[in-house]
Amino acid sequence: MHIVYFASIREAIGLDGEQADFPENAATIANCVAHLLARGSVYQAALADRSKLRFALDGHMATEDAPISGAQELAIFPPVTGG
Amino acid sequence: MIIVRVEPGPLDAAAELSVLAELGGGALASFTGIARSDTNDHGNVTAIELEHYPAMTLPALDALVQDAFARWPLLGCVLVHRTGLVPVNQAIVVVGTASLHRAAALESTAFLIDRLKTGAPFWKKEHRSGGSAHWVEARSSDDAAADKWGQ
Repeated sequence: MHIVYFASIREAIGLDGEQADFPENAATIANCVAHLLARGSVYQAALADRSKLRFALDGHMATEDAPISGAQELAIFPPVTGG
Repeated sequence: MIIVRVEPGPLDAAAELSVLAELGGGALASFTGIARSDTNDHGNVTAIELEHYPAMTLPALDALVQDAFARWPLLGCVLVHRTGLVPVNQAIVVVGTASLHRAAALESTAFLIDRLKTGAPFWKKEHRSGGSAHWVEARSSDDAAADKWGQ
């Protein structure tokens, strides 16, 4: 699965995006976030405030309990502030 | 008539909205969001930088416009959002709708900007006069404004 990061999350992780191969049992966005947190302090700091994480699966807003089944791209970003 | 666009260059609100006057409706309503110097406590913002999620942005804006057309009898809609660095006093977003009567135009314009603020993948970063830059925090009042329109 391809992961993309935006705004403060992108800067904290230091990547626009990356390829991540999650295990079969990573069924939801929350499971994927847990795998990212296990990568260490950079991810733990970037994703620390769970209440301020927002997600999209293949370009559609999604909540962290959403199943990732078949999705090609997971986006992780802070609450949007356009307009 | 629907125009939905992201614009990397300066945005001329009057020019963008002019097409709505030619649709035969009696009502044209619009909202223009402007980059302000006083979005923080220091009043020293020189520009707002807009980051977005290119693969998602236009589909999300299109979906908002389709939702507005489903709710109100609209003749046309213009929704143009800046990307990149926007100096203060320049437009960040222009939203306009045309309809036969004012209620549909006014309400749909409010709906579009309220929903855009919480549903479209844009992020603002303040550039301050000292050279520092800071991400703008989302406001809970924006969530409330978006929620009031229901499902």
